[in-house]
Amino acid sequence: MTQPLLELHNLNKSYGTFEAVKDIDLTVDTGEFLAIMGPSGCGKTTTLRMMAGLEEPTRGDIRLEGQQINDLPVWQRETPLVWQNLALFPYMTVRENVEFGLRMKKVPGPERQQRCAEWLERLGIAGFADRNVAKLSGGQRQRVALARSLVLQPKVLLLDEPLSALDAHMSIRMQGELKRLQRELGITFVYVTHSHSEAFSLADRVVIMNAGRIEQLGTPQDIFLRPKSRFVAQFVGGISLFSGMLKTTREGKVGIDSADGLLQIADPASVQTGTKCDLAVRADRINVTTQPGWGTNEVPCTLMSEEFAGAVVNLHLETAAGTGIVAQLQQRDLERLSARAGQQVYASWHPEDGVLLGVTALKAAA
Amino acid sequence: MNTHLKHALPAWTWFAGLTLVFVILYAPILSALVFSFSVDRFPSLDITRFSTKWYAQVFADARMLEALKNSLAIALSTALVATTLGFAAAYADFRFRFFGQRMVLALALLTPTVPIAVLSLAMLAFFSRIGLSGTVGSIIVAHVVVATPFAMAICRLRLEQLPREFETAAQNLGATPGQALRLIVLPHAAPAIGAAALIAFAVSLDEYAIAWFVGGLEQTVPVTVLNTLQGQVDPTIHVIGTLAFAATLSMVFAAQMLLLRSTKSHKNKEVSP
Repeated sequence: MTQPLLELHNLNKSYGTFEAVKDIDLTVDTGEFLAIMGPSGCGKTTTLRMMAGLEEPTRGDIRLEGQQINDLPVWQRETPLVWQNLALFPYMTVRENVEFGLRMKKVPGPERQQRCAEWLERLGIAGFADRNVAKLSGGQRQRVALARSLVLQPKVLLLDEPLSALDAHMSIRMQGELKRLQRELGITFVYVTHSHSEAFSLADRVVIMNAGRIEQLGTPQDIFLRPKSRFVAQFVGGISLFSGMLKTTREGKVGIDSADGLLQIADPASVQTGTKCDLAVRADRINVTTQPGWGTNEVPCTLMSEEFAGAVVNLHLETAAGTGIVAQLQQRDLERLSARAGQQVYASWHPEDGVLLGVTALKAAA
Repeated sequence: MNTHLKHALPAWTWFAGLTLVFVILYAPILSALVFSFSVDRFPSLDITRFSTKWYAQVFADARMLEALKNSLAIALSTALVATTLGFAAAYADFRFRFFGQRMVLALALLTPTVPIAVLSLAMLAFFSRIGLSGTVGSIIVAHVVVATPFAMAICRLRLEQLPREFETAAQNLGATPGQALRLIVLPHAAPAIGAAALIAFAVSLDEYAIAWFVGGLEQTVPVTVLNTLQGQVDPTIHVIGTLAFAATLSMVFAAQMLLLRSTKSHKNKEVSP
């Protein structure tokens, strides 16, 4: 039987009356790259700190390879953390920083030096070994922080927004390196971030947290294509939301009866007619035309603004009922459209591109 | 920095004002320095001849040497104990969150605000009761009470510059709380600890009132000086004043250098990319 590496059972953390983390159940497998994502204050960092033993759970269990580690003091756990501000020790050289953990674990001199040298080499910082950490660039400091933790050969590496201090360019480069490193080492990474791009591009599975709870857990594709709740859809962004009762017309069409008319869907799944539903449509699936008569789900709206995002442009539209719609267009499609702000346009999409929120959960439960 | 801002007053007025302040502050000390080298018995501006005769007399005075020995022993012990206590209190305040923390902090920093006569009398009464009055030990205890708040304040300022994660990060890498304190916190706080010790030393060395109240027959240098002065004018006073000033100034100066340098190195770290 394969045992999960890290398990959280019914984990809770309260500060006075404030519940930072509520009933978290989560298992992390060996070699997995798990990202925990959510807005600030959602409890993601608290969850990570409990894994590292920096916070004591109010209730619940943390198990590493089946062993309960709740009461193990920080210094006896083998769950090194890469800190948001890196927390490299000043007054110490790069080498001394990397050797620190090995010294604490009383690894004998020759082995210590060899392991340290190996990791300095591996992360490309061997050339700075004897430099003070204060005299390094952001990317180099990042590598020192990683080496300092990885040299301990942990089963799981915890990372708390490790790239947030880097500029955008460096951050993307480090993302690539992190992913490669994690694949090569086969070490489990638990990575806390508030950035979708980091979570989606790095992780095997993503946990989305909100107000102390897990809102959705799944592969990046899962979450992107089938958000479970309005919160996830809004947090992931680039999604338009409509709500209304599920309804079957006399002609046999299925859709939701929204303020913007009947919006058809292809697969009503297990949802019963008459249930109140949220419908999500991704921005890249929405067509915008200046003339009506293009598609099935067509909603007249006003073009509010354009948001230039490189090769693509996000158009913000508003329907007569006040629903906001985001449509993503290629630059050349926008030129063809030649619409101005304030102008009437038509948004439309195929029924199969509409996703009913929460449907995957109902299917799974059935 | 606002160096580009023009002040309302021309630059020379600032310079003149500053000069005036320094003259008022240092003129008496300077005069003591000058007269300490004058051969004349009474200080007057037509100095007959310069000599180190009064210096020789001070160092030949058994009573003064005894007082100096007492003073140094008391100042050293005070520096040691006050710095240890001050650092421990500052560390507790930095590291832990506990009920009544602000109250404890306020109480710990309160003693310098108690009028010295009140403090001395209370000390004297207390020490007589426990049979400690009139000993060098009683002066040490009293000076520790006065110097500890200074030591604590200095250590606290320095500890506040230490990001909290550093200590936890060390523990996260396997250091016990003791190791984290020794390997991370102490090296960071070292300049402040040194400065605190120097200030505590200087405070004890200069302190007169409490030493006079509780010391009894055990005299420190300031007490001996005041006793010498009663009823007579003795030119050796200028010598002692000059030496005491030099000792105190160099210690406060050294303490300032320690603190300034550590702050600067800290800032450099913050700025680096």
